Amino acid sequence: MNVADLERIYDLLADTIDAVPEDKVRLFLAKFALLAAHALDDARQVTALIENARTDL
Amino acid sequence: MHQPNDEPRKSVYYRYQVFPPYLPRETEARQKVVIVGAGPVGMTLALLLARYRVPSVILDSEVQVSEGSRAIVYTRRSMEILQQAGVARRIAEIGLPWRFGNSYYRGQRVFRMEAPHDEDSRFYPMINLQQQYLEEFLLDEVCRSGLVEVRWGNRLIGLSQRDDGVEARIDTPLGEYTLSTDWLVAADGARSSVRSLLGLSLVGDSYAGRFVIADIKIDLDLPTERLAFFDPEWNPCNTVLMHRQPFGIWRIDFRLPEGEEPQEALRFEILKARIDAHLEMIGYEGKSWELDWCSVYSARALTLENYVHGHVVFAGDAAHVLPIFGVRGANTGFQDAFDLAWKLAFTLHGWSGRSLLASYSEERVGAAKEIIEEAGRSTRFMTPPTTGHRTMRDAVLSLSIENGFVGPLFHWRTSRPHVYARSRLNARDDDQALFLEGPVDGAPIPNVKLGLDDFLLDHWDESIHLLVFTEHEALPADVTTLQQRLRARGVPLRLLAISLGRRRVEGADLTLPDPEGRCWRKYGASADGATYLVRPDQHVAARWGNCTAHRIAPALERLVNRLGESA
Repeated sequence: MNVADLERIYDLLADTIDAVPEDKVRLFLAKFALLAAHALDDARQVTALIENARTDL
Repeated sequence: MHQPNDEPRKSVYYRYQVFPPYLPRETEARQKVVIVGAGPVGMTLALLLARYRVPSVILDSEVQVSEGSRAIVYTRRSMEILQQAGVARRIAEIGLPWRFGNSYYRGQRVFRMEAPHDEDSRFYPMINLQQQYLEEFLLDEVCRSGLVEVRWGNRLIGLSQRDDGVEARIDTPLGEYTLSTDWLVAADGARSSVRSLLGLSLVGDSYAGRFVIADIKIDLDLPTERLAFFDPEWNPCNTVLMHRQPFGIWRIDFRLPEGEEPQEALRFEILKARIDAHLEMIGYEGKSWELDWCSVYSARALTLENYVHGHVVFAGDAAHVLPIFGVRGANTGFQDAFDLAWKLAFTLHGWSGRSLLASYSEERVGAAKEIIEEAGRSTRFMTPPTTGHRTMRDAVLSLSIENGFVGPLFHWRTSRPHVYARSRLNARDDDQALFLEGPVDGAPIPNVKLGLDDFLLDHWDESIHLLVFTEHEALPADVTTLQQRLRARGVPLRLLAISLGRRRVEGADLTLPDPEGRCWRKYGASADGATYLVRPDQHVAARWGNCTAHRIAPALERLVNRLGESA
């Protein structure tokens, strides 16, 4: 993914987090994570991404 | 003195019969087998033992069959076992068969589970019948067997293990007596008194939350399918399950709100308001109904670490307590009984050494642990225990409206027969690896339709079976000699020939013609002589590409583990 696309996704995620009701943000992100995992179709990679995401919180 | 309640239980559809309690005699004969608990597992075990001419005495503290519909769903595997116990036909006559499970979320059906069912299946994947009827049918068969004595109103109050058996202390309406037995089987349910008398405890998980079970008589024009309603408006965050039962009865099952006491939840006004709200949600507003039975349970997934303690053996809920999600209670218990019956009978007849019973514990504890793992997953989906589980469960529900891929995450998996893949009874050097199809070592054998109302498992009996797929006019002479040698020691070994072209194969006890080769294909019999060694409980012990006594004999020896000593 090039920088321009990455920036667009960044904004889209930010705007969608703002657009959904505040008490639904967690649900939205969990849905997105499951959809992304399914689209990636690679359990090992998804596991590594989950580990990656939880570092330096 | 034990005074059982002798008022018939109340029910809108079932007439309870009260049996006279057994009162002690002056002298009590020593028994071979005493079974504690006249429930489905205890009576099934007694019937399976009777096939080996092993008599038993069943003790039950009550004087009538159990209260409420309880274990209403029986799986195909359970029916195959109950067929061997002689009651499957009566269950199939009045039970309601089904194979679809539906999950609803926000008024939409988001997942439809379809259990496999093909022409080789004699029984449906599931059949619904109230437990009282199952117990009644088992009891009729027990009385007919002439080998089983049921002692109603007899409560076990003490146990002492001896080198050669067990002494049981029993309380009755006329006072106490002592009963000696070679073996005592605890089939006395989740609150097993045998378990407490021996001071044994269960290990595993208890899940948060309690659930109400209510049976109501109501006329709903819905098919016999399991219904699950996630996050219903009247009961947010929770799950409501519905099952149709015979005689116009419906089971409704839902979780109690956090912190609510069971007595409160079972108060009729509270229960009525909730059931009415649920009926309204599914389109039956104001429909009248009558309550038959209600109860509260908690979801637990627990097992003993060992099912054989000296001369005491545990089976069913006394051995393990499993969540009802996935119909894993009674259906696991029947498999215990089927595994135990032949091993206990072989031990009592001296056809095998004690390690055969050790294999019962290994196989069934292994099965229980596998079930606990799976049931835990179903339970976590039905009632998410933490914020993380709740979030992911809600994500799946929300996705399910548009995305089919999350369907399997609903965990509709139900009780299935365990494969004893690592059993000590499985042959070590057979031709397992050569087979491309068919049941693997340790797996239960699949049923096959042979003709009109005629299936492979209809021909099963209490023996160890050798299934030989052959086109020859006779079985090898050394195999029939091996059979005679075993039979001379009393060990039941039955030779079943399955033949494409022949109606009778010499040397076989029974020849099953398979003109279309359906059975051959299902068992991966690619060449003449393919042979399966199958245990009395229908699990494969070994399989070979050809039928030769010098390979079969050691596998049989492993199975009954004493043949070597006396041969």
